[in-house]
Amino acid sequence: MIRFDNVSKRYGSGQDALSRVSFDVARGEMLFLTGHSGAGKSTLMKLIMLMERPTRGQVLIDDRNLNRLSRRHIPYFRRKVGVVFQNHQLLFDRSVFENVALPLHIAGYQPGEVGRRVRAALDKVGLLDKERHNPIMLSGGEQQRVGIARAVVNKPPLLLADEPTGNLDPELSADIMNLFEQFNDVGVTVMIASHDLSLLKRMNKRVLALSGGQVAHDGALA
Amino acid sequence: MSPRRPAPQAPPKPRPKGASQSRTRLTDRLDSWQAHHSTTAVESLQRLFRTPMQSLLTWLVVAVAVALPAALYLVLNNIQDLGYSWQDSGQMSVFLVEDVRPEAIDALLTSLDKDGRIDQVTHVPPGDALEEFKAYSGLGRVLQGLEENPLPDVLLVRPATHDPDALGELRDAIAAKPVVAEARLDMAWVRRLQEMMALGQRVVLALATLLALGVLLAVGNTIRLAIENRRDEILVVKLVGGTDAFVRRPFLYTGLWYGLGGGILALALLGLGLWWLSGPVARLADLYQSDFRLQGLDLTESLQLVLLSGVLGLLGAWLAVARHLIQIEPS
Repeated sequence: MIRFDNVSKRYGSGQDALSRVSFDVARGEMLFLTGHSGAGKSTLMKLIMLMERPTRGQVLIDDRNLNRLSRRHIPYFRRKVGVVFQNHQLLFDRSVFENVALPLHIAGYQPGEVGRRVRAALDKVGLLDKERHNPIMLSGGEQQRVGIARAVVNKPPLLLADEPTGNLDPELSADIMNLFEQFNDVGVTVMIASHDLSLLKRMNKRVLALSGGQVAHDGALA
Repeated sequence: MSPRRPAPQAPPKPRPKGASQSRTRLTDRLDSWQAHHSTTAVESLQRLFRTPMQSLLTWLVVAVAVALPAALYLVLNNIQDLGYSWQDSGQMSVFLVEDVRPEAIDALLTSLDKDGRIDQVTHVPPGDALEEFKAYSGLGRVLQGLEENPLPDVLLVRPATHDPDALGELRDAIAAKPVVAEARLDMAWVRRLQEMMALGQRVVLALATLLALGVLLAVGNTIRLAIENRRDEILVVKLVGGTDAFVRRPFLYTGLWYGLGGGILALALLGLGLWWLSGPVARLADLYQSDFRLQGLDLTESLQLVLLSGVLGLLGAWLAVARHLIQIEPS
């Protein structure tokens, strides 16, 4: 599903964010991406989202070489990748429902289908009763779950999450992780960036650790 | 592109399910694309009404910039009408040959009456002309001594056109008829007025171009601010797979609404100005025994004005969007 082939990324400042990173993620796998800040986690995520282009090497998503994807095709590619952001990136000028519906409107779904899918996604994250609320009225954990609903409403085969439990207490993080596992159970490939070591140990999944822009560890934590 | 050869006939085992499904999906897409256009159109209009003062200011800027050249154009048109009605400029005097038979005059009158280029033809027989001449020239006594009437039959022709070239053609056509001795037309005045109007039209056009540029910049700048205000939304939309067209659409509609609204407001301003001036103009015209009245824009011209203004708004928005939207990329 994800394949990094000798990928390097050097920013204009001359700093190497990633150097010769190679790894494979199978379809339906769930893994964690970890490392100190500045180790290259965000850069790696941005390369998958096509927010950045690699300086060298190739990134393949679903057997598709992203280097060969023109700017015009980026939006259609992004519709197949669900992303959960650390700061949720919700829009506070509209309801929870409208926030979750946004990807469906963009993809051109019929209004009836939009309603059905949005409610299914909100039901999944346990926020069906809050669909008319403005997200600003929700707690941090609830906002994060709205962000997750928006990421999965389009049923993408790949789900990325950047520090999804960053600001949440352990109990709420466990809830969120539980959600991700449920998506993984139905075949979604899930990749979660996190530096919460206790969480990584508890989840006992494959961990890809970055250090100084290079892969320092790949596999389950001992 | 070369024409494609028709695909070979499908075997008699069709797959109606697959075919109809993909067709439905295409029409679904088209429907939702249309639906998105109409909801975006309505939403962007609602958004304008949510900040009424700011929107009104932009509408007024557009309206003034559109109404000014339109007003000058109207002034020009009215001066033209006034000029023609005052000077009887188009009147043509057609002198017939001597001793022409009455049947020939009748035939000529009928043929001229049928001519679409001619508004009205009046026949002045020599006797009437002589009487008139006696009355107005002050030479009554001298004329009394004449043994016979030296004046020919005259036709007064009022053409339907004011175009100098068309008038010249008409005069030549009439002069070529066998019973006509001479056809006379005072072209100098017509030509002068025509040239002045051409000059005036150029001035109006230049001014309109400058003001149109102003509308583009004003709308463009307003849209630029709108784009800045909705930066977060644009970022999120791009991150979840919104195409450039999807991101552009609300701003283009906003520009269109600024243009159309400004155009309608410009019509209102013009109507107000016309109403304000029409009373004094009518009274002045009455003092000169003229039935001249100020003419406004007709329905077609009004629609054209609003449409043109709408197009300007759309273009202004397009300029802003092309310049600024591409700079907002998630990073």
